[in-house]
Amino acid sequence: VYIPRVRSCSSVGFIKSKYVCVFDKAALKFSHQQRLFRTSAVSCGQIVQFKLSDIGEGITEVTVKEWYIKEGDSVSQFDSICEVQSDKASVTITSRYDGIIRKLHYNLDDIAYVGKPLVDIEIDASKGVAPEEDVVETPPMCHEEHTHQEIKGHKTLATPAVRRLAMENNIKLSEVVGTGKDNRILKEDILNYLAKQTGAILPPSPKAEIFSPLPKSLPAAPKDKARKIPVPVSRPLTFSGKDKTEPVTGFHKAMVKTMSAALKIPHFGYCDEIDLTQLVQLREELKPVAQLRGIKLSFMPFFIKAASLGLLQYPVLNASLDESCQNVTYKASHNIGVAMDTEQGLIVPNVKNVQVCSVFEIAAELNRLQSLGSAGQLGTNELTGGTFTLSNIGTIGGTYAKPVILPPEVAIGALGKIQVLPRFNEKGEVFKAQIMNVSWSADHRIIDGATMARFSNLWKSYLENPASMLLDLK
Amino acid sequence: MVLQSSVKNCLQLSCVLRTPKAGFRSITSGGLIIQSISDDVYENLAVEDWIHDHMNLENQHVLFLWRNSPAVVIGRHQNPWQECNLRLLRQKNIKLARRRSGGGTVYHDLGNINLTFFTNRKKYERMENLKLVVKALKALCPHLDIHVTDRYDILLDGQYKISGTAAKLGRTTAYHHCTLLCNADKLVLSSVLKSPYKGLKSNATPSVPASVKNLFEEDSSLTCEMLLDAIAEEYAKHHQIDHHVTLINPADEFLLPGINNRVKELQNWEWVYGKTPRFSVSTCFNMVYNDSVLDVKVDMDIKHGRIEVCNIGLPEQWLPPALCSELMKSLTGSKFCPYETTTVATTLQRVCPQDDELHSRWNLLCENMMMLM
Repeated sequence: VYIPRVRSCSSVGFIKSKYVCVFDKAALKFSHQQRLFRTSAVSCGQIVQFKLSDIGEGITEVTVKEWYIKEGDSVSQFDSICEVQSDKASVTITSRYDGIIRKLHYNLDDIAYVGKPLVDIEIDASKGVAPEEDVVETPPMCHEEHTHQEIKGHKTLATPAVRRLAMENNIKLSEVVGTGKDNRILKEDILNYLAKQTGAILPPSPKAEIFSPLPKSLPAAPKDKARKIPVPVSRPLTFSGKDKTEPVTGFHKAMVKTMSAALKIPHFGYCDEIDLTQLVQLREELKPVAQLRGIKLSFMPFFIKAASLGLLQYPVLNASLDESCQNVTYKASHNIGVAMDTEQGLIVPNVKNVQVCSVFEIAAELNRLQSLGSAGQLGTNELTGGTFTLSNIGTIGGTYAKPVILPPEVAIGALGKIQVLPRFNEKGEVFKAQIMNVSWSADHRIIDGATMARFSNLWKSYLENPASMLLDLK
Repeated sequence: MVLQSSVKNCLQLSCVLRTPKAGFRSITSGGLIIQSISDDVYENLAVEDWIHDHMNLENQHVLFLWRNSPAVVIGRHQNPWQECNLRLLRQKNIKLARRRSGGGTVYHDLGNINLTFFTNRKKYERMENLKLVVKALKALCPHLDIHVTDRYDILLDGQYKISGTAAKLGRTTAYHHCTLLCNADKLVLSSVLKSPYKGLKSNATPSVPASVKNLFEEDSSLTCEMLLDAIAEEYAKHHQIDHHVTLINPADEFLLPGINNRVKELQNWEWVYGKTPRFSVSTCFNMVYNDSVLDVKVDMDIKHGRIEVCNIGLPEQWLPPALCSELMKSLTGSKFCPYETTTVATTLQRVCPQDDELHSRWNLLCENMMMLM
């Protein structure tokens, strides 16, 4: 009686119902047997001691370095069981049997001996004990030589379960294309083979995509073995995905704390649209000049400098409120943070003392921070001491946002992407404008809407008319 | 010596590299010599993996020749903190890779060549391979005093190591690879292979340090190309095949399907650092703050490269105890990595009381913690 292993249920279940319609009685017998899943863990099987096989070079003992399975796991033949090491050689030990691991004879870093039991495996009672050698279909050969096998030029490897399936369906294994490791014939290969015989359409399995040299099985015309019943349109899909729970650790844990603190700040938002047409042109002119000096010039240095000029007029936006909300500290330095998206997540290094930096100096520092960021080498100095933050989310996408203030700061700005949009000029004509949206969030305990709006207007005027920045540059 | 890379060769190779399908005649020739055109250590290690898993070596032997731009390669079961100066590696942009074979840590650069001998599991024989290498070297340079030790090293003048060996055995295939120093940067080698980390206790395989020498120092006419060619020639003679080296591109997904995933796996932090066997760090260091020197004691348990247990002992009240315990709690579960520690610590600093004095103490402690990683 053919009883498939519990582990392979989900993949076979997908195909099950189609076979009920398409196949003749042989297949019906097969699909009927599919329902006899063995779900209980009753140990009615035989326990076999899997011994550590010869490593070669006369080695008698090895150290167990890693277990890939634990007691209670089910394994298939050829699955990796453990990694052992001997004298600079790392060896992967694979299972000879299908079954369930019942005992591990060694702990990590123990010495294991060749010829002694490594693990105990409980083998399915109905299958009996698998032979000691790898299961192959070739005639016995002299174990000293590896002569070229003339039967189709290869060995056919298949687990006992697969062999039984082939036998019950009168299939010669040598005629089946194996798509598993080392050309091993898998259950899917037998099913594919069967499907081709009857002209049914099977969903392509992921492995077959990579290994199979044959075209996907979509027969152009019905063969002599006529198609019996059309494949049903709706099939019950079995989804075998499982929820995955992981602890929140490291950086994310720290972010939880920071964001929870940020939640305590009463945020208000203020958004606007900025016409960057002139700035775009200015940057185009200045880019090659910066390039000559070895610096990549983006828009951020302009945004940062304009923000600093604005903060000079509205210093409350560069302040910090103490925990008890008793005192406001107006910070002298404009350490403007730039949110960066890295593999870790959101990192905010800051440019120090923007109030005394030129646009070029800001650009150079940004370059430095960006390369440190991508190399994973930003230090505590770069990541602390920020007083105000700009987040250029527009490089990824989006127009308006609702940024969250990073404590101990009191304001933050999110910059959307630059879009080319039609706008009207003073003469009432439509022209192409480079429009970017900004979304500010501020701490309503010490900042009011009017202040935020005036700061934003000033920042906007500097960027819409860059020449005006020259007047106020320090 | 002719290195060909014509399309015809690549097609032949693709036939050879893929495992034979049902009915496909297998190649009857005894061997194949291939050389990588890449100097990226991850790409080259991925090629080894690919060949190990996909090629049918029943009737063939393969010799794989490769070189890497500066990289430190640790063995499968080793601890990178124990083996090399990770800080220096980061500063000098030297890559760190963990290979799948056992053995110790080596430094690669373009002055070092790597040889991998692929065989059927039953034909795995390291001595034979190394004797072949020695024979090739002696043919090139007859006066060389080189021999193979019983630890599978090749020694020059009886004392200097010029080659180290490691091996990987799978179910049906095996490979033995070794390095060969031609003209590597010995100064960088000795500085990166010296670990500055104190107080580490681990069951990981330790490396056995050895004095090294470059073959170039014995004979300044020698180049890596000459060595590669001599070894390929000797291999070809030994296996009675054409002395013909096929170039392969490890980035070619068509030739080596699935190779890019393997490269990513090898570059992944979880493989390089996360596969380190469990270890503990128990150390103390001094911090200079204003005019005083403080003793800090650190005890950590690290599993899968992540801090499982974290204890930091500071002088009383130097930092508010609540804060210190907050830091220890946040570090628990995070990677034993300076970057992760910095981002955790600086993010947490945002919710500390806003006190410059406190901040500078906090930063000082974090910077010192980073030095342990």
